Amino acid sequence: MRPVLLIDFGSTYTKVTAVDLETEELLGTAQSWTTVQTDIGEGLAKAVAILEEKTGPLNFEARYACSSAAGGLRMITSGLVPELTAEAAKQASLGAGAKIRGVYSFELTEDDIEDIDEEAPDIFLLVGGTDGGNKECILHNAEMLATCKSDFPIVIAGNRSAARACARRLEGRDVHIVENVMPRFGVLNIKPAQDEIRQIFLKRIVEAKGYTKAQELIDNIAMPTPSAMMQAMKLLAEGCENPDGTKEKGIGDLLAVDVGGATTDIYSVCDGMPTDMNTVFKGLPEPYIKRTVEGDIGMRYSIHGIEEAVGTAYVSKLSGIPEQRCRELIDYLGSHTEVIPQGENEDELKHLDFALASGAIKTAVTRHAGRIEEVYTMNGLAYMQSGKDLREVKQIVVTGGSLIHTERTGDIASAALTDPADPYSLKPREAEVWVDRSYILAAMGLLSAYEPAIALRIMKKELKKEQQ
Amino acid sequence: MDKKTLVLGVIGADVHAVGVSILNRAFLDAGFDVVNLGVMVSQEEFISAAIETNADAIMVSSLYGQGELDCRGFREKCDEAGLKGILLYVGGNIVIGKHEFAEVEKRFKDMGFDRAFPPGTDPQTTIACLKEDFHLN
Repeated sequence: MRPVLLIDFGSTYTKVTAVDLETEELLGTAQSWTTVQTDIGEGLAKAVAILEEKTGPLNFEARYACSSAAGGLRMITSGLVPELTAEAAKQASLGAGAKIRGVYSFELTEDDIEDIDEEAPDIFLLVGGTDGGNKECILHNAEMLATCKSDFPIVIAGNRSAARACARRLEGRDVHIVENVMPRFGVLNIKPAQDEIRQIFLKRIVEAKGYTKAQELIDNIAMPTPSAMMQAMKLLAEGCENPDGTKEKGIGDLLAVDVGGATTDIYSVCDGMPTDMNTVFKGLPEPYIKRTVEGDIGMRYSIHGIEEAVGTAYVSKLSGIPEQRCRELIDYLGSHTEVIPQGENEDELKHLDFALASGAIKTAVTRHAGRIEEVYTMNGLAYMQSGKDLREVKQIVVTGGSLIHTERTGDIASAALTDPADPYSLKPREAEVWVDRSYILAAMGLLSAYEPAIALRIMKKELKKEQQ
Repeated sequence: MDKKTLVLGVIGADVHAVGVSILNRAFLDAGFDVVNLGVMVSQEEFISAAIETNADAIMVSSLYGQGELDCRGFREKCDEAGLKGILLYVGGNIVIGKHEFAEVEKRFKDMGFDRAFPPGTDPQTTIACLKEDFHLN
């Protein structure tokens, strides 16, 4: 037996997953409250104790961890034009696993600085201008940031001609210069910024947030939790090479939905660019692995966001519960976030959760997917595409604490598919649904950094296919 | 001296891709930095690209006859976006029907374009105008 412990320090729970590298089996999972106030090691020790009650004592040969505890990696970014460098900065941060607390474009104002000070982000990403392009904006913003009272690391990833001058304006602060997120117009170069963000996360954030004592318990806090999810999705889609050189196949292009209590994350792994001659692509090129986060869509804390987005009528229709009663229940769940469908209202709450989860996925996937517009030109009909085309994606992965316990997950996932009422949204036409019943995706993303082939085989074994 | 940056594209719902590629090549060969936005470009896209790249001129191509409609208000939007005084050129089949070009040119100049070019203009003519307007050599 070669047991490995994979830890996810979440904002509420510390989740542990044990796998055996020898038999490539999932040994078990367990969770306990996250204890950031005292020492994060306490919650971890408890979770491991619960795990070992089920599995018997385990002599772990390695421990790896990811974290979104204590608010996760909170970032603020500023760019120049909203749909260009500001968007590139946002993509870079989301892809690095950050929780975005603000995206500014054009020149920062004194009011903006007050807001930034109040938020005191973990990292600020300062960009603007292509290489050789606009310098005034990023220089102005560097000058404004220098007046911030709170001290946070600043990653400069804008016009290279202005990078050093920005750093000088920010003297005395923790400044990191990396390559421009948009070196040439329309070219997205987000990896250098992401790598730097991850380095800072590891060094500074992890130390500052009460992990230090736990550090002895674990060999490596490797990444923020959303990054682990992205690693897992990439591996699951693409496959990898076995140590003997043979290929371990993935499941192909995919869309993953992670519906939580407060937010809903959507991941897509696919190219998504236009495939026919009549379609012109508009906007920034889309990242191959794209992550979007909907802060207003979640099953409990953000339950009203779902209702606002899809309307009470939709929730009522799908749940079969009268609108008035839907409103009452939604208000109740919004303030009693720990309630799960059980007890006397079990059936009613199950139906409501089914409708809410469908609404959450429908809304979040519509926002994630691209759109197409018909344009009549002198040469006939042409199409204009913005965002990613997911129509040919054939696999949908469903995860998230609030979904893996629900029944009819296949039906819920069908809310991610093309809607005849909105034919211009580029969502998948038809897809197989995989459900992360044992809630192990983030753990497998972590493991993939060390044992990709084993992580992939465990995922393929543990993800359950669901009929729609 | 720094290279001058041109933002180039075909405006509106116009999909004529050949001319803009020829212009792209000619401008590059003449020593300009070119941001080629391709076909079906809106005024807003021209302007966003010009802001981000700190462009010196916006070069608008139009071949399908609707150029006049597509170009309305362009100069005002540039002013609004902080691109005051940026050089604005337009060329191609920019109006429908047969008109004296001098009249067409006047119409576009009244709209705030610095120069307008009739169909079949040699790229070298445009390049010569750019050099003159930029006070190069």
